[in-house]
Amino acid sequence: MIKLVVNGQPREFDGDSSMPLLWYLRDHAHLTGTKFGCGIAQCGACTVHVDGSAVRSCTLPMAALEGKQITTIEGLAGERLHAVQQAWIEEDVPQCGYCQAGQIMAAVDLLKRDPDPGDEAINTLTNLCRCGTYPRIRKAIKRAAQLARAEGEQ
Amino acid sequence: MSINPQGDWLADLETIAKPSAKTGIKLDRRGFIQATLSAAGGLLVTATIGTGARRAEAAGVGEIGLFVRIESDGTTVIGARSPEIGQGVNTSLPMIIAEEMDADWASVKVEQLPFGIVSTEAEPGLTWKYGPQGAGGSTNIPDAWSDLRQVGAKVRQLLRQAAAQHWNTDLDRLSTEGGVVRHADGRRISYAALAGIAATLPWPEEAVALKSAKDYRLIGTAQGQVALREIVTGQAGFGIDARIPGALVAVVARCPYFDGELESFDATEAKKIPGVREVLVLPGPKHGQPITENLATGVAVLANDSWAAIKGRRALKIRWKPGPYGHESSESLDQQCRELLKGEGIRCRDDGDFDAARRSAAQTIEGNYRVPYVSHCPMEPQNACVHVQPDRVLIIAPMQSPSGASRVANQITGVDRFNIEVRMTRVGGGFGRRLTNDFVAEAVHLSKLSGKPIRLLWTREDDLRHDFYRPFGHHQLIATLDGRGALTGWAHRLASASKYYRRPNLKPEDMWTPEIYPDDFPAQLLANVRMEWFAVDSGMTRGSWRAPAHTANAFAVQSFVDELAVAADRDPVDFRLAILGQGQEYSYSGHGGPTFDSGRLAGVLRLAAARIGWGRKMPKGRGLGIAAHFTFGGYAAHAMEVSVAEDGSYRIERCVCAVDVGRPINRSGLEAQMIGGTIDGISTARNLEIHIAGGQVVESNFDTYPLLQMADAPEVEVEIVDSDKDPSGAGEMGIPTAAPALTNAIFAASGVRVRSLPIGPTVA
Repeated sequence: MIKLVVNGQPREFDGDSSMPLLWYLRDHAHLTGTKFGCGIAQCGACTVHVDGSAVRSCTLPMAALEGKQITTIEGLAGERLHAVQQAWIEEDVPQCGYCQAGQIMAAVDLLKRDPDPGDEAINTLTNLCRCGTYPRIRKAIKRAAQLARAEGEQ
Repeated sequence: MSINPQGDWLADLETIAKPSAKTGIKLDRRGFIQATLSAAGGLLVTATIGTGARRAEAAGVGEIGLFVRIESDGTTVIGARSPEIGQGVNTSLPMIIAEEMDADWASVKVEQLPFGIVSTEAEPGLTWKYGPQGAGGSTNIPDAWSDLRQVGAKVRQLLRQAAAQHWNTDLDRLSTEGGVVRHADGRRISYAALAGIAATLPWPEEAVALKSAKDYRLIGTAQGQVALREIVTGQAGFGIDARIPGALVAVVARCPYFDGELESFDATEAKKIPGVREVLVLPGPKHGQPITENLATGVAVLANDSWAAIKGRRALKIRWKPGPYGHESSESLDQQCRELLKGEGIRCRDDGDFDAARRSAAQTIEGNYRVPYVSHCPMEPQNACVHVQPDRVLIIAPMQSPSGASRVANQITGVDRFNIEVRMTRVGGGFGRRLTNDFVAEAVHLSKLSGKPIRLLWTREDDLRHDFYRPFGHHQLIATLDGRGALTGWAHRLASASKYYRRPNLKPEDMWTPEIYPDDFPAQLLANVRMEWFAVDSGMTRGSWRAPAHTANAFAVQSFVDELAVAADRDPVDFRLAILGQGQEYSYSGHGGPTFDSGRLAGVLRLAAARIGWGRKMPKGRGLGIAAHFTFGGYAAHAMEVSVAEDGSYRIERCVCAVDVGRPINRSGLEAQMIGGTIDGISTARNLEIHIAGGQVVESNFDTYPLLQMADAPEVEVEIVDSDKDPSGAGEMGIPTAAPALTNAIFAASGVRVRSLPIGPTVA
């Protein structure tokens, strides 16, 4: 029995402990916002936060998650949208939208580590987008940094 | 000229028009249908859409026609008929309706319509309910322009009629604005208050007056796509998120050889995995036969969840038999092309006398280009939820051609097409991959075989190895210049693996038609133009990849024009403008016609050149490159500034995309399509190739098929021509010129001419 917390809710899992977190979230926790893209931690569509840091859930087995705190795209917003989600809307970032949950989770993680990221820092993001939304993602990350600062000053 | 000139999914319109013998037809006389024979002899069927209004008393809200419902709280719900694959049609098409009905966009909510067909009394017995529903060939906007404006205008008309009844006044004293009807005397009433009456009024059969463009409030503005909030909160429903209660997850091991066969398999270990329920053989197409269902034979593992199905497949022991293409390789195909080009091919165009032009030329230039197979690889792998029951079928899937899904389910099960329910989900990328419904066919087969609802899941490896790839080809271009450096003759000789490979009902002599578009630049602009095609024999399945042959041909043609400008010692922009000549309209028989305007192409070329600062003196190691092309009714040009380092690595310093697709509908969506098309073009040109070895695809995942990442993606400066011409689509125009603009800039920066794609991370 593996005990973990997903988006603030305590959960238990007694299935196959080799199951990657991605499939637990999608098939068992019914949280389908986290997406399957490659299964080998290359594309980042499955990015979630484990204990506050971005990880690629498609290769992370449940066995490694005892006692961990998981945040998925569904758990990112509080009463209001997260600054990154708000910036994504304001910049009209997504096209097909499939990779965007992962992009947003990766951007939130980046902003935690670097609240005012320049182009070099943004260039370290390796999440793939087949539609080519990178230029708007770049703008949205910078806008999110501004929004977060404005929120902090309030 | 081309048999499926509007792209593949429209071919399914004709399939709609040809019900199989198994299909029973029920008559439904609500829809007013027009059927006409097109010039080509194909049956074109158009429903006069918007008819058959459901009555307000039945629904309790104001349903006005098939597309609009006005709720009592003032929310205006507009139906979106086409698949949303990221091209923005769930926003732009409702914008067109909202504009003509004068809705308040802030109160509009968009709902995805299901796939709809209606019976017709006349042959062929069925047609579209909501008008064309598909995503291909950049046709959604032009189609909507021709029919959805009327839908919106008729809703507005009915709301005015309702207000006239309500106030007992004359119609001509009533105007509309932002969701209200206004009386000339100053009174106002909301659409919501009128919707109940409007929903009971007869749908106007005759066309009504459309707005004048000067009165547009919404068309031409920049609107965020309607699903933004759902997407950023993880609530948007993609195909892979759909669930049918009780469904088993299916993961299939498919034969890795083109046209190979299943020799034997052992499922003992797979069945031991907890959660694995069943292992089934999935039948596949036979060698040489058309592919109308799934792509390959396979062994399917059905399980309680995704992970058990994936593990189950890993545990299968399978022996595959290589088919007739077991020795095919990328090298063998290159060799085949070289041999073919020594002979004579099919003349697709032969104007004037190219041989005579060659004999009298001051200079003859030749350039040979190679364009590889590439995969669509949408971010959302193929999937489908299907439940086959004896008398009905439910399909929920990410599709570009829902009509094709309905047809294939009918073909496999024999269930009446009116009892096949097809629900469209949001689609995690299309790029042409989901014009075919092979994955739907797999799920239909497996549900039929198992008797259970099926949730089919493809992995990335499945997706990269079982695709309808963009055709591979070798292009030989030969041009003649006179003593003044002017272009006098042009020959384009292409050996390629036709994308029409294994299409049903195709004649061999038509295989060239999706490979060379005979009215493309520089046809009609020169006296002596020859186009010749050679059929490459390859076992790879092929299909439509975003902007199909334009991506390959524009690379070859726009690179070669650059080579000619250099040979003629002319500026590449001036040289192109000289070929385009005085702006005028020429006939264009291919998709995107009926005309091509050389002036509009020159316009985007000049715009891109101006924005990049063409003609600047560049420092050593830096260069400017440019390219322009006409794609499916739209005109686009790219101009790039590129730096090439000593070690051959290169970087796009600036990237401009100029586009003229007629009147812009949603400026933000149009800009997004141009940015996305540009990045797609750069990504593909730089890094991507599907290799073949031993009759199998070599690449398997993103580690070997490296899409462009953030660090290599340039800012894209988009210049939109403010045109008042009727709009074309915009999904495909942004790609074809990205690669040649990039390679032309590499040449300008380094003197290295890239003639084979992909370029790779460095240039020699």
